[in-house]
Amino acid sequence: MNLEIRNGRVVDPAHGVDAPLSLYIAQGRVAAVGDAPAGFVAERVIDAAGCVVCPGLIDVATRLREPGFEYKATLASELRAAVAGGVTGVACLPDTDPPLDEPGLVEMLRHRARLLDRAHVYPIGALTVGLAGAEITEMGELAEAGCVAFSQAEAPIGDTQVLLRAMQYAATFGHRVWLRPQDPHLGRAGVAHDGEVATRLGLPGIPASAEAIALATIFALMRETGATVHLCRLSSAQGVAMVRAARKDGLAVTCDVAVHHLHLCDVDIGWFDTQCHLVPPLRGTRDRAALRAGVADGTIDLVCSDHTPVDDDGKQLPFAESEPGATGLELLLPLTLKWAREDGVSLLRALERITSAAAAVLGCPGGSFSPGAPADVCVFDPEAHWTVGAATLSSQGRNTPFLGLEVSGQVRQTLVGGTVVFER
Amino acid sequence: MRNPQLNANGELTHLLTLEGLPAEVIRHILDTAVPFTSIAERDVKKVPLLRGRSVFNLFFENSTRTRTTFEIAAKRLSADVINLNIGASSTTKGETLLDTVDNLVAMNADMFVVRHSQSGAPHLIAAHLDRTGRGHVHVVNAGDGRHAHPTQGLLDLFTIRHYKHDVRELTVAIVGDILHSRVARSLIHGLTTLGTPEVRAIGPQTLLPTAMSSLGVRVFHDLRAGLAGCDVVVMLRLQNERMKGALLPSAGEYFKHYGLTPEKLACAKPDAIVMHPGPMNRGVEIDSAVADGAHSVILPQVTFGIAVRMAVMSIVAGN
Repeated sequence: MNLEIRNGRVVDPAHGVDAPLSLYIAQGRVAAVGDAPAGFVAERVIDAAGCVVCPGLIDVATRLREPGFEYKATLASELRAAVAGGVTGVACLPDTDPPLDEPGLVEMLRHRARLLDRAHVYPIGALTVGLAGAEITEMGELAEAGCVAFSQAEAPIGDTQVLLRAMQYAATFGHRVWLRPQDPHLGRAGVAHDGEVATRLGLPGIPASAEAIALATIFALMRETGATVHLCRLSSAQGVAMVRAARKDGLAVTCDVAVHHLHLCDVDIGWFDTQCHLVPPLRGTRDRAALRAGVADGTIDLVCSDHTPVDDDGKQLPFAESEPGATGLELLLPLTLKWAREDGVSLLRALERITSAAAAVLGCPGGSFSPGAPADVCVFDPEAHWTVGAATLSSQGRNTPFLGLEVSGQVRQTLVGGTVVFER
Repeated sequence: MRNPQLNANGELTHLLTLEGLPAEVIRHILDTAVPFTSIAERDVKKVPLLRGRSVFNLFFENSTRTRTTFEIAAKRLSADVINLNIGASSTTKGETLLDTVDNLVAMNADMFVVRHSQSGAPHLIAAHLDRTGRGHVHVVNAGDGRHAHPTQGLLDLFTIRHYKHDVRELTVAIVGDILHSRVARSLIHGLTTLGTPEVRAIGPQTLLPTAMSSLGVRVFHDLRAGLAGCDVVVMLRLQNERMKGALLPSAGEYFKHYGLTPEKLACAKPDAIVMHPGPMNRGVEIDSAVADGAHSVILPQVTFGIAVRMAVMSIVAGN
C-alpha cells in the first residue's frame, strides 16, 4: 500500500532532518521524504498536523517474558505495548526460562513474533549456557538463528577466565558482547544504592564501586581480546566518567542507560516503595545528574526502557524480597522527551538516542528514513498529555514508579514495514 | 509524602519507625508510659484499656524477650493475645505475607505486633491495610530487618529520661554492630528528634553503614575516644554469626577493641549509665563487671519496656 504522512514535523536524526515535510511510503519501505516520487499515488493519507513523524523507536532492553514467565507477560501483550509506545524494534534479553541459549528457542521466539506481525524482535542470546557463567554457548548457531548479540542479562560472570574466553570467542567471529557492569561479589544480596537511603532504611546496599570494578575489568579484557562490547544500564557518576575516559582513550565501547535512571534516584524509594526496586539500583542525585549529562554529551549512546513486566504479587512483598523491574516500553518516548525538555536538548538529539543510535548498536535495519529503509514509523503528538496508569498502559506489567505521573508525548500511529499496526 | 504511621489528623495509628515522628508524639508516648510503670507494683496488674480487643503477635522471626514483653503489655491492658510464631515456614508453605495478614484480619484482629527479618515488612502490612480500607487494624513494629525497632528505641529513650532527665543536654554513645542494628537506628532517630546534641556511633568500619554520619551522628572507631565525656553508653549485641568472617576476625579481637570493661567505661562521665537491648554476650561486647555493675541499667530497661509497649498499644488503639 502506498501511504503518505503529511503536515507533520519529520525528525530523522540519522540525516539531521527536522522540518515540516511529507513522508512517502511504498511497498513497506520509505520511498521519499519531502517531494513525492514521480507517479506516487497515495492509497492512504495520514494527516500528522501537530505531530512529530520519526523513525520507529528501537528499544535495546526489553523483557518479553517468553518463554517461561507467561503469567507475567506474553509476547502478544508486550509487542502490543511496544507499538502502543511507538517502539517498532525490541532487543529481548536472554533471561527467560529456559534462557535463550539454544538455537531452537531463538527460532521459536522469532517465529512467534513474526506471526504477531507487530514490532521486530531482535533476540540477544545467552553468552554462557544457562547464563551460569561457566561454559560458552554455540554463538555461531545462535547468530544463525537470529541472535544479534550475546549477553549475561543480570547474571554477571564471576570468573574472569570465563569472561576472557567468552569475549575472545565472540571477537573471533565478530559477535557483539553486551554486558551489564556489576561486580558479582560487591553486588551480592544488595537491593539498593549503598548510600544514605539504604543506611536509613536498613537495606543491603550495592556500592557504586561494584560498577567501577566491573568496568575496569571489561575495559582491560576488551583491550586484551579486541571484542566489541556494549555496556548495559550504567548507573553511577563514576561509571559515566570511566566510560568517557575510555572512549577518549580510543576504546570502541558503547553504552546505554535505562530511562527511569534519568528521572529517579534512591530518595524516591521513600518508605520502601517496591516500584523503585530496580536493577541496577537507583543511585544518588549526583549520579542521576551525571547520567543525564552523559546522554546529552553522547558519552551514553542510547536510552532504553529496561522493560520488565512484574505482576502485583512480585511487588507486594518486603522491599528486598520484591521483584525488581518496571514496565517501560510505553514510557520510553514520553520520559525521553521529558528529559530533553528539562535539559534543553533538541528533539533531534533526543530522538537519536532512541532511534538511530539504538539501530547502530544493534546493527539492525530501521532507525532512519533513508530511501529504501523499512517504513517503521512513529507519529506522536509531543503536546498531548496523559496520565500513566493501569488503564493507559497496554503492557501486562502495570508496575512502574511513574504511576500517576502526567507525561506529555502520545503516540498517534505506529507503522511497521509500512503497515499501521497501532492507531490512537 | 504523608508519614504512613499518622492519620490525617497527625495521630499515631501505626508505630512503624521513630524516623519522621514529631517530637511531641514521642514525648506523648513516653509521658503515657510513666503511670504504667506503677501498675506492675499493684496486686491487680491490669487496666481495662484494651478489653475486648485482639492483639496478634505476628512473629516471622524468632524472639523470646520482645514477644514476651509485648504479650505481658497487652495482657496488662486486658487485651486478648494470640501468639503466632510463623518463623521462616510461611514462605515455604507458599503463603505470602499479605495473605497471612488478610487471613488474620478475617479473624477480627485489632492489632498486629509484627516482627520480620525483612526491612520494611511492617510498612508493607500497614500500607496494605490502609489501602484496602482496613486502617482500623493497627500495626506495631516489633523489629524489621536492620531497619527499625521503635518500641526498643522508645524504651531506651524512657530509660535515658528516667535516669538523666533532659535528653537535650546529653552525649550518648552507641557501640558495636550498628550496620545490622535496628535498635541503633531507632534510638538514633529518637534522640536526634528529641534534640540530643551529640549522638556517637562507635565501631569498626565493617560494622557501620556507609552513610552513618548522614543520620546525624559522630562516628568514632576508637572506643576510649568515643566514650570520653559520655552520659549514656548503649552497647549492641554482636550476633554469633558475625563474630568470625569478613566482618570481624574473632570475638576475642572484638572484645579487645570494643568490649566494654570497667577500665574503658572510666573514660565516660563518672555518673554514666550503661544500657544494652539484650540478650547480652558477656565477654564479647560487655564485661560482666560492667553488665552487673553500678552503672548498668540493663534490667530496668526490660521493666520499662513493658510500660512503654503498653503506652504504644493504648495510644494507637485509641486513634
